[in-house]
Amino acid sequence: MPTIYIDGQAIEVKQGENVLEACLNAGMDLPYFCWHPSMGSIGSCRQCALVQYQNEEDTQGRIIMGCMTPVSEGARFSLKAENATEFREAVVESLMLNHPHDCPVCAEGGECHLQDMTVMVGHRDRRYTGKKNTHRNQYLGPLIHHEMNRCIACYRCERYYKDYAGGKDLGAQASHDHVYFGRHEEGILESEFSGNLVEVCPTGVFTDKPFLKQYSRKWDLQSAPSICHGCAVGCNIAPGERYGKVKRVHNRYHDEVNGYFICDRGRFGSGYLNSKLRLDYSGIKKSDGSFLAVHQKQALETAASWISGKKVAGIGSPRASLEANYLLREMVGKNNFSAGSSDLEATLVGSILSILQTTTAVNPSIKKMETADAVLILGEDVTNTAPRVALALRQAVRNKAFELAEQMGLPLWQDAAVRNLAQDNLSPLIIVSAMDTRLDDISSNSISLAPHEIATFGRAVAGALNGEKTDDPDVISTAEILKNAKNPLIISGSSMGSQDVINSAVEVAEAISKPETMLSFCVSECNSMGSALLAQDGGVSLADIIKRAPKLDALIVLENDLYRRGKRSEIDQLLDSGIKIISLDVYENRTLDGSHLVLPAASYAESQGTLVSSEGRAQRFYPVHSPSHERLQSWEWLLELAKLTGNKKLSKLENLDDVVSTCAKDNLALKKIVDVAPKNSYRSSGSKVPRQTHRFSGRTAIHSDVSVHEPQQPKDHDSPLSYSMEGLNRDQPASLTPFVWSPGWNSNQSLQKFQSEVDGPLKGGSSGVRLIASSSKGSKVFSESEEFELKAHQWHLVPAHQIFGSDELSAHTEEMAELAGRGFIAIGQKVAEKLGVKQGDGLLVQHGDVRCSLEVKVLSRVAKNCVGYSVGYEETQELTPGCLVSLQVDKDWRRTSPEVIASDKTALGHIASDGGGAYG
Amino acid sequence: MSNSQMIQTDLNSVLTLEELAEIDHELEHIPYKSGASIDALKIVQSSRGWVSDECLQAIAKHLEMSSEELEGVATFYNLIYRRPVGDNVVLFCDSVSCWINGCDDIKEMISQKLGVDYGETTSDNAYTLLPVPCLGACDRAPVMMVGDDLVTHLDRETIDTIFANKESGSET
Amino acid sequence: MEKVLTRNISPGKAPTDIAAYEANGGYSALRKAMTVMSPDDCRQVISDSNLRGRGGAGFPTGMKWSFVPMGDKCSPGHKYLVCNADEMEPGTFKDRLLMEFDPHQLIEGMILSAYCIGADISYIFIRGEYVVAIERLRAALADCYARGYLGENILGSGYKLEMHVHPSAGRYICGEETALINALEGKRANPRAKPPFPQVSGLWGRPTIVNNVETLCNIPHIIDRGADWFKGLGVGEDAGTKLFGVSGRVKNPGCWELPMGTSVREILEDHAGGMQDGLQLKGFLPGGGSTDFLTRDHLDLAMDYNVIGKAGSRMGTGTMIILDDKTCPVGMVLNLIRFFAHESCGFCTPCRDGLPWSRQVLEDIENGRGKKEDLDTLEYQIKYIGAIGNTHCALAPGAMEPLQSALKYFREDFEHHISGRACPYRSVGGS
Ligand SMILES: Cc1cc2nc3c(=O)[nH]c(=O)nc-3n(C[C@H](O)[C@H](O)[C@H](O)COP(=O)(O)O)c2cc1C
Ligand code: SF4
Ligand code: FES
Repeated sequence: MPTIYIDGQAIEVKQGENVLEACLNAGMDLPYFCWHPSMGSIGSCRQCALVQYQNEEDTQGRIIMGCMTPVSEGARFSLKAENATEFREAVVESLMLNHPHDCPVCAEGGECHLQDMTVMVGHRDRRYTGKKNTHRNQYLGPLIHHEMNRCIACYRCERYYKDYAGGKDLGAQASHDHVYFGRHEEGILESEFSGNLVEVCPTGVFTDKPFLKQYSRKWDLQSAPSICHGCAVGCNIAPGERYGKVKRVHNRYHDEVNGYFICDRGRFGSGYLNSKLRLDYSGIKKSDGSFLAVHQKQALETAASWISGKKVAGIGSPRASLEANYLLREMVGKNNFSAGSSDLEATLVGSILSILQTTTAVNPSIKKMETADAVLILGEDVTNTAPRVALALRQAVRNKAFELAEQMGLPLWQDAAVRNLAQDNLSPLIIVSAMDTRLDDISSNSISLAPHEIATFGRAVAGALNGEKTDDPDVISTAEILKNAKNPLIISGSSMGSQDVINSAVEVAEAISKPETMLSFCVSECNSMGSALLAQDGGVSLADIIKRAPKLDALIVLENDLYRRGKRSEIDQLLDSGIKIISLDVYENRTLDGSHLVLPAASYAESQGTLVSSEGRAQRFYPVHSPSHERLQSWEWLLELAKLTGNKKLSKLENLDDVVSTCAKDNLALKKIVDVAPKNSYRSSGSKVPRQTHRFSGRTAIHSDVSVHEPQQPKDHDSPLSYSMEGLNRDQPASLTPFVWSPGWNSNQSLQKFQSEVDGPLKGGSSGVRLIASSSKGSKVFSESEEFELKAHQWHLVPAHQIFGSDELSAHTEEMAELAGRGFIAIGQKVAEKLGVKQGDGLLVQHGDVRCSLEVKVLSRVAKNCVGYSVGYEETQELTPGCLVSLQVDKDWRRTSPEVIASDKTALGHIASDGGGAYG
Repeated sequence: MSNSQMIQTDLNSVLTLEELAEIDHELEHIPYKSGASIDALKIVQSSRGWVSDECLQAIAKHLEMSSEELEGVATFYNLIYRRPVGDNVVLFCDSVSCWINGCDDIKEMISQKLGVDYGETTSDNAYTLLPVPCLGACDRAPVMMVGDDLVTHLDRETIDTIFANKESGSET
Repeated sequence: MEKVLTRNISPGKAPTDIAAYEANGGYSALRKAMTVMSPDDCRQVISDSNLRGRGGAGFPTGMKWSFVPMGDKCSPGHKYLVCNADEMEPGTFKDRLLMEFDPHQLIEGMILSAYCIGADISYIFIRGEYVVAIERLRAALADCYARGYLGENILGSGYKLEMHVHPSAGRYICGEETALINALEGKRANPRAKPPFPQVSGLWGRPTIVNNVETLCNIPHIIDRGADWFKGLGVGEDAGTKLFGVSGRVKNPGCWELPMGTSVREILEDHAGGMQDGLQLKGFLPGGGSTDFLTRDHLDLAMDYNVIGKAGSRMGTGTMIILDDKTCPVGMVLNLIRFFAHESCGFCTPCRDGLPWSRQVLEDIENGRGKKEDLDTLEYQIKYIGAIGNTHCALAPGAMEPLQSALKYFREDFEHHISGRACPYRSVGGS
């Protein structure tokens, strides 16, 4: 470890890091703008200046940029030298020449890195008397608001959007002090990761548009450590609440999972929480089919009377917490409990789980995936099924560049230099899928095959790795690439609905026979893996419950719209079977409509619980605010109910800690969930951890038209967090860090004060506990090719998951729905020509007695005999993966989009209301 | 699949075969298609005078770049015109040696004569007047380029001859 | 004095075509290199000759080339030689002359240089406005391919080289060598961070040498006649001859080839004919718009890199801009700063936003709105923008050179503007 001297103070630094990193690691406040821990240095803002001295005698020194200067033994710097401080102030002063000084009305205000740096360098008086440059703003879609006048040209947005996230449609334009960051034309930003611009931009150019519509001062937001419920990846998030509304979602740093970035579903998909269609009150169905609102007590008593001493079954949910699922299972007994996935998904995820428990391959965290130097994806469109993983894969393909840089002795944080050196050299990424995926642009080989052929391909690669002869060039090259890789990564998942595909992935991974081989699976929902872990310990299938329904007295459905799990006719039959149906859920759905008693469940933002991610990482989420109206957390409803019905075992449980420890005791695989987060009794420096910042202004008058009385703050009896600004948000375990803030650092850049080192784990550790350990046994998967015979004019129906639209709850968010569009059928160019249809036309899709009319989407590559359908959309509800369909032109179809338009122009309608901007 | 509706204008027919052939010729010695972006912009501009949105999109498509990427390039350079220009572009040198030799007055004369200021095009579309950094003919200052021709030692007389068909501020 | 670079160029004489060029000994250096000299030999001669880059910084050419990985040390792939013919530095008009009137000299120099560093592809990056030079270079290239000076197996040596003319789309920053490389790659011409230097990672990430036109034009002569001959050409410390130019209100503005180390006075009085009648010399920028002013006190300095450097300026491109006593120094500096502010690539803060700030202060002063504190602000800006290393590339520090020296030598002029609330030169009838 080299030693460097900063203002005479010796500090030990990491070999290879730069001086800015060294300063930040030493806890020093060195201002910066363009540098970002995950994007490295380019030296454009010139803010991180220090003076470097040649030796002890040198008193003059010269200005250097901390972010562009590697540390070296004995090097001497000054942060405080007048030269340096004056220079840093001058930088801010010049950034301010054209800045509009609109802090009081700026959405970034109070959380603005530019504000912080301005204060930090001490710039105050304005000397410039000239005119300010102004820019036109662009409409960038429903998620991101553009306010170019605030730009300080740090180039972070472009570097994040293009270089890091692989977006194509945002970049720097013009030059000198006219540089502009935007699109070629107005329109919806295409990247699924556009929301991170909000956090990457150090000022208010890119802001969270839905948040703006219901704006609240950042320091008045109450937040809690939470886990995204959008998919199974388990990104850590920090939702911000004010007056019972979740206003926005920010990334919450986790070094091994999401790092600094989340996807747009995760960031913007929580709008449904504030919807009028949320359930507020319990309801008992009246004879006319409508619901009578009743109070909690009455609802509980009714429910208890329906189930006490009766034959009751329960259906859990892969989107509900482990705790709630566990409680339901305990109440009804294992033999009467189904985990709540569709039977196909349950089987697939179950098999994935047992594979991960036995395979010799490493089950990687996202951070680990970024180390892969060769990736094979079998069947997944990762961007749409496990979005954050796709962002990691975009970094993984850069390992080739890093390798070249290392050969040349270039520090890897020299971002532009590394890119210039490597040009288009990428590490290999082979995608085998039925159709276009959103990673095709960086793949070295995209192969289009039907699901069963994907499995065959995988097995052939495994065969080739085991020395079998083949003459398929794709198989040969793939095997070769994987064999030569240091850290090969195989990704597959359940989204194709094919066991065979999953099995073939394992075969490949194990055939590589290298201890570094990584194997990762995408599964569908935020707690799919938790459900599977519970199911390993017992439970029955959904079909079984449906079959046995007539013999039951009642059924409890936990946070589950069963219509998404099985055929409509079967679910209709289940709900109409004459038994009492009790449903708990967050948002209106058809299962609730068909129930006899509905109980309003608190949302994830009002609840505490544990989820298990696809990686097998159990993580705790905490309520951001206490449940509104008559809602209770699902586990609370169930515990109350258990008590009322005299369940001996469950009646003893007092709080969530009790539930967790009982659950851990009862389920071997879940033994470690007690370690996921500190117990309720944990205190940080003697007090609970506050959910509100020190700057919380608390008593404002937002409801003064009703009452100036502020109700007392609610108490949180179940966690070490408080609904208060009192207490310390520092040094506690990472799982209890609700927000980042540090004196002088009001923006999210204060994160570095919470990290143990730049880009490292939080000081409180890496939260979560991995429940699935790989073993040395190796998986035994037996697979044979399924044989398919296609009749003429028939197509395999292949699921096409959509980041916006396929997920049940987030799709209820207005912006997500806008981006999701209508349900579609995706076909290849040739099929389109054969059928005589174009993008936006309609096709009648038929499978047995199922018929639906869907919009045509023409893709650039689709496997032979395959068509895709948008999963999880209302229009495609009846379609199931793998079935054979016929297609027919829908004569009555009416286009909603004009025939020939450029992709951007779909959004033109919005320009009048949104574009233009205040400054013109 | 993108989150926006991917319906494309038919950009294939925007560029002429000659233009495409010329661009492809440049590509022969360039390892990446995007490397020919500036050449391509210039090729298209040389036949059309300027680069319209449509052309820009068509070039971007041909070079497998995004329109944003190409726009970033096009708007960076002084000699790529993203707005229509007249039949002749007048590049008027306003750099130091020409300035010492009185180019400000000459510029006034031209503006008077043509009735346009920097960035403007005469109403008959004959001339667009643009400033240009030092033209490298400082020994013959003041100078300007009219189209491809360098005109040196500018004074009232040369201005009058070159723009002979133009009357002071008149609209033709 | 012996004319070297301009031996084929005289006023009124037609540009040299391949026949005339060959007739005057052209391509004999190439023949010599291809038959009896290895690249190592050639590089050695150039190193020994003490040739320094004529692009402005005066970096020793042999040393620059020595950083290019050769033989086994180089990973497989292309190497590039690029001729920097962007010539957009205000007041500079020497490369134009060399290219318009003797294109083959440059091409021969480039082939030899490419041979020295083992490059197989070469580019002439030329500013787009140089239409005539572009045309002549292209024609000359065609002749060279036809004669086997370019292409596969040059003159039977087994060495192969292709050469292309790449007209720029116009921006001063493209002259900065790493920005130039980005421009060649079809990107926005923001300069790159160094290290890595282009010699190891340049165009498309491959080893690349960028040299100025005039530098490259020297190569054939040095190969042909040797290092000692070349060193003997200079009359001062530096080797060779140099194109010196004078613009401004002198009797006979122009460009002449003279020995390195020729005195400013000789260039100004003997060649440029002295000041126009009624005008006095007030100051001069010795080598283009980004060099510091010198004054009458410096007339007897030799135009050598170190001599001019010691006097507080830079030799730059060797083309002087003369400030006379009827021209407003504030206006002149404003003109320059305006140029630099406009030509900033917009990448780094001090340049992108600092130069327009200086421009605004100067505009105020020039237009009679100046305040006393403005001079302090300008000093502050000079300190902030003017030091190499404060900005990402050398454009902004270069921009500050005329300003900082004007404040040093012509401070009273600035003060008169402020106290008199007007430009004193305008009433006198100057520019
Ligand atoms: C802003 C800027 C503009 C430049 N413009 C030119 C130019 O137009 N022509 C040139 O030869 N060198 C120019 N240079 C210098 C080049 O970066 C580079 O040093 C030179 O081409 C090297 O050639 P040489 O070693 O033969 O001098 C410029 C440098 C800077 C910083
Ligand atoms: S100093 Fe900075 S902004 Fe100016 S040209 Fe160089 S890199 Fe660009
Ligand atoms: S953070 Fe170092 S130059 Fe921007």
